[in-house]
Amino acid sequence: MSETQVIGKTPQKAEEHPMAKILRMDRIPHIWCSTCGIGTALTSFATALEKVNIPLDHICVVSGIGCSGRIAGYVKLDSFHSTHGRALPFATGLKLGNPKLKVVVISGDGDIAGIGGNHLIHSARRNMDLVVLCINNFVYAMTGGQTAATTPLTAITSTSPYGNYERPFNLPHLAASCGAVYVARWTCLHVRRLAKSIEEAINKKGFSFIEIIAPCSTIYARRNRLGDGLDLMKFYHDNAIIKHGADTRELDIGYQDKIIVGKFVDIERPTFLDSLNAWNKKVLGEKFREYGGPND
Amino acid sequence: MKANPKNVLTGAHYLDGDHACSEGALAAGCNFVAGYPITPSTEVVERMTERFPTIGGIFIQMEDELASMAAVVGAAWSGAKAMTVTSGPGFSLMMENIGLAAMMEAPCVIINVQRGGPSTGLPTLPGQADMMQVRWGSHGDYEIIALSPNSPQECFEFTIKAFNLSEKYRVPTFVMSDECVGHMTEKVIIPPADQIELEPRRYTTLSPAEYLPFKPEKDLVPQIIKAGDGYKIHITGLTHDEKGYPVMNWQTQEKLVRRLVDKIRLNQDKIVEFEEENTGDAEVILLSYGISSRVAIPAIQKARKEGIKVGVLRLIVVWPFPEKRIYQLAKKIKAFVVPEMNYGQIVLEVERSAKGQAEVYLVPHGGGWVHDPEDIYKAIKEAVR
Repeated sequence: MSETQVIGKTPQKAEEHPMAKILRMDRIPHIWCSTCGIGTALTSFATALEKVNIPLDHICVVSGIGCSGRIAGYVKLDSFHSTHGRALPFATGLKLGNPKLKVVVISGDGDIAGIGGNHLIHSARRNMDLVVLCINNFVYAMTGGQTAATTPLTAITSTSPYGNYERPFNLPHLAASCGAVYVARWTCLHVRRLAKSIEEAINKKGFSFIEIIAPCSTIYARRNRLGDGLDLMKFYHDNAIIKHGADTRELDIGYQDKIIVGKFVDIERPTFLDSLNAWNKKVLGEKFREYGGPND
Repeated sequence: MKANPKNVLTGAHYLDGDHACSEGALAAGCNFVAGYPITPSTEVVERMTERFPTIGGIFIQMEDELASMAAVVGAAWSGAKAMTVTSGPGFSLMMENIGLAAMMEAPCVIINVQRGGPSTGLPTLPGQADMMQVRWGSHGDYEIIALSPNSPQECFEFTIKAFNLSEKYRVPTFVMSDECVGHMTEKVIIPPADQIELEPRRYTTLSPAEYLPFKPEKDLVPQIIKAGDGYKIHITGLTHDEKGYPVMNWQTQEKLVRRLVDKIRLNQDKIVEFEEENTGDAEVILLSYGISSRVAIPAIQKARKEGIKVGVLRLIVVWPFPEKRIYQLAKKIKAFVVPEMNYGQIVLEVERSAKGQAEVYLVPHGGGWVHDPEDIYKAIKEAVR
């Protein structure tokens, strides 16, 4: 836990919040529950932003709807809180409208893989130049904890009171098999490794997907009697196995089972815009006029 | 602001309505199109994919219409002039993010080449049954602007007009075409670029410290910025204050939603547009829009030959609705006759606007083909009896 102490250090005097550069301090306190993992994921994002060589003016955040979808409202960047499931197509429009922007989608598992699943597979297939941080808390938390496309088998939710019988998605495998060029998974315990992954993903061109396993003690853990936030962190500590380059087919998450984390995919492939421009240039030659953005 | 000559295909052309919409969009400076194939609208985007690479513009075929409309709103916020094109079933899917466009006040254009419905209906045949959906289709209260062309020439002109209105009022603006107009081929005159007037985006001149993304100007429309300019704005589909921050109370709702509605309602005299003919001494007025306004011509001629004084009011802008003018006319005439390819949509607005001062006769048609002019003639006869 020594990694988190730097960020969590209690200020000795009234000084600026360590993330004030990134956060909209006029919107704090946030709405997330105590021990929720979303704040931790946001902290890792903020840490990564300090290291990337892209001006903050050019970095945009797009969220969908849900607990994680509220991140867009707290980051001091051009930030868009779109509709449920549509963060990826919104981000696609934002990116293509001005190719100079670096667009990061931060949203939950229900938003990105449930209602937005179709957009996820197509964005990965196109290799749209986007970073996706998918915060997975295993349930639809904002609406009270209903079964999600990520709920582990047998887990109790508000709509599976006798246990979940639907097989969940293996998100890294889904993203990788659809064509993502960067795929990783971390838990909210792995803050430094997560921040490093986010940094790599932002610096990379193409569709990057990072799954962030996040504790939801108010809803998921309470219903399943898994203890409080600290117990969940202890669970990650004891059960997360770092296995870089693991075969993504083997990344299913069982109920209270081992969680394999790490960087699984890091490859190069032309992005949607690279392909569009290269092909048209090849076919149309000098007649082709590349779109350079709104000031073009 | 004038159109950019590189985008404008000046000259006389033989074009169908769909292709004329594409040329109108290009002339208006459209540089982003997201769409999903659907009959009978697909020709619009097909022409864009052919023209964009030599002009400079992005077309992306999205995975569905939900995504198309979401991408359009995103592109509008990064500064693009964005458009999507669809028909019935796709239009239904777009409703979610049309509401987002209204809430985020994203300037954008949606072309709906209407076909017969409901559901899959008649993919290759005309309809005019989305006229209420365009006004009310997304949940919550908001206003939009919708135009209805009746020829390829108007497809060209109204698409430019739609872009201009969407920029001026920061509202999703619709071109409500139909399969007949979309697939009808006629001469289209495209003027030189310097004769095409474009409405510039209402970019702010304020600094990031002073700027509030939803603080309205006198006409209730706020100034805009584009992502990447350093303003670090937050834009949400939640009810928000002038800063753009979500605020969950009735006072903020009242202020925001009232303004979204009023920015169109209080400016409607400037937006409303219609064509009138022989309304001065008319006893009956044929009120129509789109293809039905052309189908009605033989019926009007026949009735006039018999000495019936038939006036014509054709809607160019359908929404907002010209309620004041219709009330004025209602007081002077006996009846309105409203042919439309549905079982009664715009006719309800005519009844509302006439406030009982004139009879209102609907000439319904389920779509699939246009009216028989004889049915319209009979309704005119009935109206003056």
